[in-house]
Amino acid sequence: MSLHTLTISELRDKLQRGEVSVRQLTQALLDRIQAVDGKLKAYLWLNPDDALRQADAADLTKPLGGIPVAIKDVLNVTGQPCTCASKILQGHISVYDATAIRKLRDAGAILLGRTNMDEFAMGSSTENSSWGVTRNPWDLERIPGGSSGGSAAAVAGHEAIAALGSDTGGSIRQPAALTSCVGLKPTYGLVSRYGLVAFASSLDQIGPFTKTVEDAALLLGVIAGHDPLDSTSVPAPVPDYQEKLNAGVKGLRIGLPKEYFIDGMDREVEAAVRAAIRQLESLGAEVVEILLPHTDYAVAVYYLIATAEASANLARFDGVRYGARVRGADVLETYSKTRGAGFGPEVKRRIILGTYALSAGYYDAYYLRAQKVRTLIRRDFEQAFQKCDVIVTPTSPTPAFKIGEKANDPLQMYLSDIFTISVNLAGNCGLSLPCGFTSQPKLPIGLQLIGKAFDESTLLRVAYAYEQSTPWHKERPAL
Amino acid sequence: MSEDHNRIDIEHVAHLARLELTDVEKNKFAAQLKDMLAYVAKLGEVDVTGVEPTAHAIPLTNVLRPDESRPSIDPVLILKNAPETARGLIIMPKIVE
Repeated sequence: MSLHTLTISELRDKLQRGEVSVRQLTQALLDRIQAVDGKLKAYLWLNPDDALRQADAADLTKPLGGIPVAIKDVLNVTGQPCTCASKILQGHISVYDATAIRKLRDAGAILLGRTNMDEFAMGSSTENSSWGVTRNPWDLERIPGGSSGGSAAAVAGHEAIAALGSDTGGSIRQPAALTSCVGLKPTYGLVSRYGLVAFASSLDQIGPFTKTVEDAALLLGVIAGHDPLDSTSVPAPVPDYQEKLNAGVKGLRIGLPKEYFIDGMDREVEAAVRAAIRQLESLGAEVVEILLPHTDYAVAVYYLIATAEASANLARFDGVRYGARVRGADVLETYSKTRGAGFGPEVKRRIILGTYALSAGYYDAYYLRAQKVRTLIRRDFEQAFQKCDVIVTPTSPTPAFKIGEKANDPLQMYLSDIFTISVNLAGNCGLSLPCGFTSQPKLPIGLQLIGKAFDESTLLRVAYAYEQSTPWHKERPAL
Repeated sequence: MSEDHNRIDIEHVAHLARLELTDVEKNKFAAQLKDMLAYVAKLGEVDVTGVEPTAHAIPLTNVLRPDESRPSIDPVLILKNAPETARGLIIMPKIVE
């Protein structure tokens, strides 16, 4: 069996027994990248010499000792480029480690390279990258999802053993679903955002992409935990996420929101998700109907709040301290020209919408009203979780679409996040895992599990029970 | 949320955002902004009387730390990322006459 196809837990055994060295494993991944990344274009940057140097220094006694991990181009890694797939940060070299990265280093992981994304994490297809399109390993004419499409394609294409991404409205779960890997968005406040370039600060979370649920539990345990450098990081102990993986679903209540089974959903997606629900029932879970009545407003709330926060966060890219500068006649013109030349169309569109929603005369009607409806969406979840332990939905209403298919219709693109967005607004945790494939062409389908705040243990336990009783995670794309 | 959405002053918004747009972008974004505002107008249907706004999903307030000095990132490294520098400082266009 090729080393690059193995999971973290399989490789830890092999490394600790001395069957393979970290250098061999790292070289196997570099060879795999060399062989397939010309097609997939998951990576933006890679330094084989540096990766092998890290391999030679790896400490196998640590939880991720010697495991190569790919990093979305939005997280700062000292000495590596960090561009957020934007021209405005071309050539930028990080001068510090994000906290999640420091934790990976402390756990012995090898930081393999930088993965592609939608510019500043704004998008659902990775087509908004300034550096080119990443392709779906299951069908090279299709998108891998986004915004963390490079991390998803790297893991699904076996170019990394695991990866980190970020999720503001579905940017981990949707690409995980579209490429058949496991993607987890932690509860807001569980993983420190220090060193994550901010898109929408009240929604952003860092999370893992892995091949299995067990690996997701392991990686989450490494990156989670309180950090004084992020004032929204919650001071609470991190549970052992692997401990209860095997506990099964007997007696757990699985909530089905009727608002999530909508017109316009792909028929094969709906059939696969309904089959997954029957599977959980056959494993001993109890299925209960729940209501999330404000679901229909989530996309509108999200696109006001996320763009408003983005318009403020991205003000820092003004050509003063970092990035390319375009000189104007005065300082104001320098800002405007730098930003006009440096940002791509989707980022500009969202800055315009966010600035408008915050501007005098419109603040109450748009931004403040969106924040109030956000409260109602949170209350929907609080009430639903009085009746159930986990909510089950599709991750995405359709399988991966073709490159270019939705590029000229921003609103249609936004609606592809319809099932994931509410989770960020409410602050809960969510996970996507493989639950089948469409028939022709063969494209992955993802099942979304939504958990109570800080109850990742139950989320992972349900995911593990489902995964271990189904064959989907064993399927590999032909590349 | 009413009729004045039909008149979006895209130049004013772009100025507020310190964002230079081409004429093609101005026309395109003005039309798309209008579409998006028409979509989000559905929030007007929701009764939000007495509902508090949510700015953050977790109830942390006033997170403080001791006011102590600590080592900073090496300024030499930081300046390497700046577009124009001289003598350990970042150069800017003149701000005050």
